[in-house]
Amino acid sequence: MKDSTRNIQGWLLFTPAAILLLAFTHYPTVTTFFQSLYTNKSILRPRRFSGVEAYESMFSDPIFWKVFVNNMWLALGTIPTSIGIAILMALIVNKAIPGRGFLRMAYFTPTMLPMIAVANIWLFFYAPEIGLIDKVLEIFGFEGNNWLGNPSTVLPSIIVMTVWKEAGLFMVFYLAGLQTISPELEEAAKLEGSSRWNYFWRIQFPLLLPTTLFVLINAFLNSFKLVDHLFVLTKGGPDNASNLILYYIYETAFSFLDISYASALTIFLLALLALTALAQFFFLDRRTHYR
Amino acid sequence: MKKMFTKISYCLTVALGISMFSSAAIAKTELTMYYPIAVGGKLTQAVDSIVADFMAENPDIEVNAIYSGNYDDTRIKALAALESGKPAQLSVMFSIDVHELRELDAIIPFDDVVSTAEEKAWLNSFYPSLMENGIAAGKTWGIPFQRSTIVMYYNKDAYREAGLDPETPPATWGGLIAAAKALTKDDGSQWGLMIPSTGYPYWMFGALAMQNGQTLMTSGDKTNFDHPDVVEALEVWKAMGSEHKIMPEGTIEWGTLRQNFLEGKTAMMWHSTGNLTTVKNNASFDFGVAMLPAGKRRGTPTGGGNFYMFKDTTAEEREASMKLIKFMTSPEQSAAWSVATGYMGVSADAYETDALSSYVAEFPPAAVARDQLAYATAEFSTYQTSRVKKGLNDAIQAALVGSKTPKEALSEAQAAAERILKPYR
Repeated sequence: MKDSTRNIQGWLLFTPAAILLLAFTHYPTVTTFFQSLYTNKSILRPRRFSGVEAYESMFSDPIFWKVFVNNMWLALGTIPTSIGIAILMALIVNKAIPGRGFLRMAYFTPTMLPMIAVANIWLFFYAPEIGLIDKVLEIFGFEGNNWLGNPSTVLPSIIVMTVWKEAGLFMVFYLAGLQTISPELEEAAKLEGSSRWNYFWRIQFPLLLPTTLFVLINAFLNSFKLVDHLFVLTKGGPDNASNLILYYIYETAFSFLDISYASALTIFLLALLALTALAQFFFLDRRTHYR
Repeated sequence: MKKMFTKISYCLTVALGISMFSSAAIAKTELTMYYPIAVGGKLTQAVDSIVADFMAENPDIEVNAIYSGNYDDTRIKALAALESGKPAQLSVMFSIDVHELRELDAIIPFDDVVSTAEEKAWLNSFYPSLMENGIAAGKTWGIPFQRSTIVMYYNKDAYREAGLDPETPPATWGGLIAAAKALTKDDGSQWGLMIPSTGYPYWMFGALAMQNGQTLMTSGDKTNFDHPDVVEALEVWKAMGSEHKIMPEGTIEWGTLRQNFLEGKTAMMWHSTGNLTTVKNNASFDFGVAMLPAGKRRGTPTGGGNFYMFKDTTAEEREASMKLIKFMTSPEQSAAWSVATGYMGVSADAYETDALSSYVAEFPPAAVARDQLAYATAEFSTYQTSRVKKGLNDAIQAALVGSKTPKEALSEAQAAAERILKPYR
């Protein structure tokens, strides 16, 4: 086959993906950026070029800072915990134990359920007085709590639910990672009299680092992407105590119809995520052991 | 390869031809209508059955009634449809969206559509307080459909148990707090009162503020959040939790409150009349419905959805839309809707119909919302309503959870509202 034919073939194969990427990722990103530089159009006030005004008002908007900090707490609260739980669950279901298939399914179930449906269930878990959590606490003689109605407990409540939802998905990646580790290593470790913990910490965990990197990126992205449950659980309240960046963007765009400001927020979020992904690839990647 | 392209283009031509032919063959006027439901329950079936009745009577009109989530979702969907070039012709949307829809140049006033004297009389046939939110710049933009006020649901069995008279629910704030104290159990198994503060906190607050003698806004560009009477109203609300201990502290969830009431965890709740039928069908105890009590006076905002007609419509579509709106707000249909849901009949004539008058006679709570209309005011609505409302909601929640004092929170919300509304004056 001639080189030129091969080239054409290559481009043809690439075209569908390129069209999708351009149409649904790059084009919207560019238009969003331009929208952030203009004011909104209405019959009372025509559209005009406003430059970085939207970004200036973003940095002086206390709600923006609040949702940003909330998002960081959410990331901090969900990522290490869900990764830890995922590894633990993967180690358990990687062993030859009775009912393994059932256990794997049970761990994975939360991931399969739609977030909105799950949030409707958790709404009643968290409901004061009538909720599952308060009822269980009552049995043990503890005071109930207005979990979602109290600014100091609302974000932790969201974090717990997110961990529950996410850990199962990460478990699948770790399970796949564990199964690529050669069983000879375990036998060798046993012969050498290495402890279970030592084997995990010196052998399994380092070999799982590529998986961890992948999961870390995903977990970080998810902590900014997953807001479906807020629509049902709190709508960002009370007083923005559980509001997150993406939900704030949604409110700004579709509730306030302020496309200009929503675009500025979106560009900020995109830049933040792009930078983090790059940082993770360049710094963590170097320290990750690939075979 | 070339052959395949020919084939594909041939198929496309045929498909296009068929679709053009089929749309030409139908001489029906097709209407798309979005409608929201904010209180849950089997309300979609009620809408579907009214629409089916309408189509049976008007075979030349085809109506696609699309349930589209809560009020915010509905506005988003209707506006998105407008942008996409496949717009809806009419929709039920939040009565308070009127200023924003006007600013977007999305809707037309009904004054431009009604022509005959009979239609003008129709425009005046609704309860005036239900029309308040639909009127702006001297014209009528919204026709009331699923409208409500806030009422107080109370558990008569709990009243009897606490030694209160179940037939005389409290009519003043003082009476309310005293009754709620008697109803609150020390072990925490039953609260006296719950007023929801998520979802629509500004709506509940509109009632308290008005009971204290002040409305939340004087016009679409002027809010009164920092008025001393408004601040005092928020202090009263907060004190119910923090001082009188008749209500849980923190915010109370709109979505689960009805369940709280049905399970006897609160002896009284303030909620939309739109819940009435669902409560009636699910309460295992004897319950009553009362007007909200008076501070300086009685008061409640109206609430709910109005019919709007979109600008981007043909003359036939407008005519068909008018037919549909007139049908759905006619006394008979309004009565049926009221019985099915608990929302109000929208005109005095609706309560004159056999269906609704006999229902009211047998189930008096169904008339409370209507009787309360005498004390009702418009729901909070300004230009940029969602954003101003969010400022107010945040302020209310901040005060209720104790992170700011009511005065601080409301002054900040007022300052923010001033900034937003200044350009509109």
